[in-house]
Amino acid sequence: MDMLHALIGRMSLDYLPHEPATIGAAIGMPLGLLVVLGLVTYFKKWRYLWNFVTSLDAKKIGIMYIVVAIIMLVRGLSDALMIRAQTAVSVGGHSGPFSTDTFQQVFTAHGTIMIFFVAMGLMFGLINVALPLMLGVRDVAFPWLNSVSFWLFAAGMILCNFSLIFGGFSNGGWLGYPPLTELQYNPGPGVDYWIWSLQIAGVGSLLSGINFFVTIIKCRAPGMTLMKMPIFAWSVLVTTTLLMMAFPILTATLTMLALDRTMGMHFFTSDLGGNPMMYINLIWAWGHPEVYILVMPAFGIFSDVVSTFSRKKIFGYPTMVAALTAIMFFSFIVWQHHFFTMGAGGDVNAFFGIMTAVIAIPTGVKIFNWLFTMYRGRIHFGAAMWWFMAFVFTFTLGGVTGVLMSIPALDFQVHNTLFLVAHFHNVIIGGVVFGFFSGVTYWWPKIFGFKLHEGLGKLSAVLWQLGFLLAFMPLYALGLMGAVRRIDHYTDPSWTPFFIVSAVGVGLICLGVATMILMLFVSLKKRNELLDTTGDPWDGRTLEWATTSPAPEYNFAVLPTVHDRDEWWYRKQHGIKASDDGEIKDITVPKNSALGIYIAVTGGLFSFGVIWHIWWLVAVSFVATVVLIITRVMDDNTERTITADELRQEANV
Amino acid sequence: MNELAARADKTNFGFWIYLMTDMVLFASLFATFMILKDATAGGVSGHDILDPSYALAETIILLTSSVTCGIASAAYRFKKIDLAKILLFVTILLGVSFLTLELHEFIKLATEGNSWQASAFLSGFFTLVATHGLHISIGLIWAITLFYAILQRGADENLTRKVGLFALFWHFLDIVWIFIFAVVYLIGGLS
Repeated sequence: MDMLHALIGRMSLDYLPHEPATIGAAIGMPLGLLVVLGLVTYFKKWRYLWNFVTSLDAKKIGIMYIVVAIIMLVRGLSDALMIRAQTAVSVGGHSGPFSTDTFQQVFTAHGTIMIFFVAMGLMFGLINVALPLMLGVRDVAFPWLNSVSFWLFAAGMILCNFSLIFGGFSNGGWLGYPPLTELQYNPGPGVDYWIWSLQIAGVGSLLSGINFFVTIIKCRAPGMTLMKMPIFAWSVLVTTTLLMMAFPILTATLTMLALDRTMGMHFFTSDLGGNPMMYINLIWAWGHPEVYILVMPAFGIFSDVVSTFSRKKIFGYPTMVAALTAIMFFSFIVWQHHFFTMGAGGDVNAFFGIMTAVIAIPTGVKIFNWLFTMYRGRIHFGAAMWWFMAFVFTFTLGGVTGVLMSIPALDFQVHNTLFLVAHFHNVIIGGVVFGFFSGVTYWWPKIFGFKLHEGLGKLSAVLWQLGFLLAFMPLYALGLMGAVRRIDHYTDPSWTPFFIVSAVGVGLICLGVATMILMLFVSLKKRNELLDTTGDPWDGRTLEWATTSPAPEYNFAVLPTVHDRDEWWYRKQHGIKASDDGEIKDITVPKNSALGIYIAVTGGLFSFGVIWHIWWLVAVSFVATVVLIITRVMDDNTERTITADELRQEANV
Repeated sequence: MNELAARADKTNFGFWIYLMTDMVLFASLFATFMILKDATAGGVSGHDILDPSYALAETIILLTSSVTCGIASAAYRFKKIDLAKILLFVTILLGVSFLTLELHEFIKLATEGNSWQASAFLSGFFTLVATHGLHISIGLIWAITLFYAILQRGADENLTRKVGLFALFWHFLDIVWIFIFAVVYLIGGLS
């Protein structure tokens, strides 16, 4: 028995799923994976796939991020559907389809997946695709590190989803507040799955943050000063700054919670001096900047989309930059507004309340700048612009309810109610999600060489917008009526109609996602009609449109020399050709490397070992990780050369 | 700037940025320690168990290793390979001595019943100091790898950059340790 225990830790058959919903998922997910792998084998695409996944080309890494994020969007959405299906029926004597424990795991998974694996995934995906092109350079500063980041992200995602098959997920909410998530109340592996999937994905995010930050500071096309960068690049600069200051706090906090759970420490326990409120402080010192980390790239995308589709340069560029920087600064001194009810006292609450309200000012500056950019522009209402229209309306509404809740006295009334849930979905769906969908629509031709079907894109935006309103407006009302968040059962039948409307709204959002998937298929089918032959399908303004679609591995044969903020527009106006940038010379690009995948595998096994207390696995995978890193670090032969002749040939074809 | 210099510039800057993020990680742990330092749950406090003179010995060892590491990195840059080898070896020895002293302190505390499980204060103490110790261990693995590489390759431009980065890392750990000495052993030791 002891031998077995040493070998497999605390794993046992009791941890297999035993509820219909989880059994279904536990069978469905591996089957889906098998089908995909079967198709790859059938079409003999293994070599192609391997070359793709080991590539260090930022654009390919970006595509992988986006693919993972879209799959996870479907997962997170089915969680949302389950949550609202439950609350639509479980009133009074009726119980819903899910047990309380399953319900708790579902809302925890919903929040965790949507933030970490959908929003973060889309964000890093779009940055990878667009940023180097926009800066007029060939790649990010550290291409290999970029691949490690992605694969750590993927490992976190797999760990999070694997919990469905074996062991169950955390039931502690997306931020895992102790003491509920401490060993005393939660001895199973669920919380450990949550901790470690976030931990390794978080390390990946931190490395990405460093990578993009250095890319912007050190690698820009000649002539591109900071104040000549497109707004999207600015938004990435401030986002990565926040990321680098916030994510180490997450790493430290999760480590402390993990130490409590696996080493018997007392950071956040309710006995022996532990301080659960300290966790709440620490996690929000990361968590509040995190929401700005997500939304600022979306602001950047909208800035470029609006100016492109209005045929005008962005209104008030310096104020846009100042607003981004101000938001970056303020977002670090508002975290306490997540727990005004903690009892920090009137003066502390007043400070954080005022700072929270103040953030609305730079955000308002941005909204007005976008609107002024549109004013007297020749607006072309493409699908990317429809997402923007949905965004302005929805996000502004969410911002207003946010300012409402920044008043501590009012916040006491709605703290932890569905009002809050409605508010943050209002800004995250309206801001982050709509922004990233707009970005995907906008840059799709640059990634794949053909446009997405515009009609279906617009239909999807409409369905999302209507679905959002139906799903969340009732929650505002319910919150004011006193419905707390995360309930799986309630007694007041007058709430039921609101919950039913909300469930219908989630259904509409599902239709919106279905339309998007349909759009992908239709666009793929009609790709010859939607082909982008010029490399500049939207009459764009920034450098990513100066190269062919899809962009070559090296982005630009000769790095462009920058004259203006809207460099590509300037070039079109002044007739500057790529050949004016200088002679074609030999260039180097990074070779493929599978080490990122291997490191993610050993990192994932390390985490798995800690979750299940399999200590030999922890030791082995730790050593393996160190060896893999040393292998790469000591290897100086990681690049290959593309000669000038090859570049010229490719340009002629 | 030629390509090698540009790359070194990028990597150095990136590594500085990484060190800053590590600083935030330590800052979180320092803040936690300060909040929990009086949460002794009726058990021992910093005054009872923390010995500043013992920590002073550790400090001197670590600071000396920083000096040897710095000279080693400079010597390697100026192609004084033998000197670099010797000093890097001394750095490794000093690092190992530091780690031994730290482990000795940990084991002593744990066997006297004051392990990380005894109170929130001790959890904070062990985690902060051991996180630094973990960094030192990683630094040692790195130093040993570099030592081996220098034995193999002699003078090498790529290696110069890597030795420089290691020196940066080692100095950074020194600075963090000075804060640990001040915050944990001096302030914590008095309370």
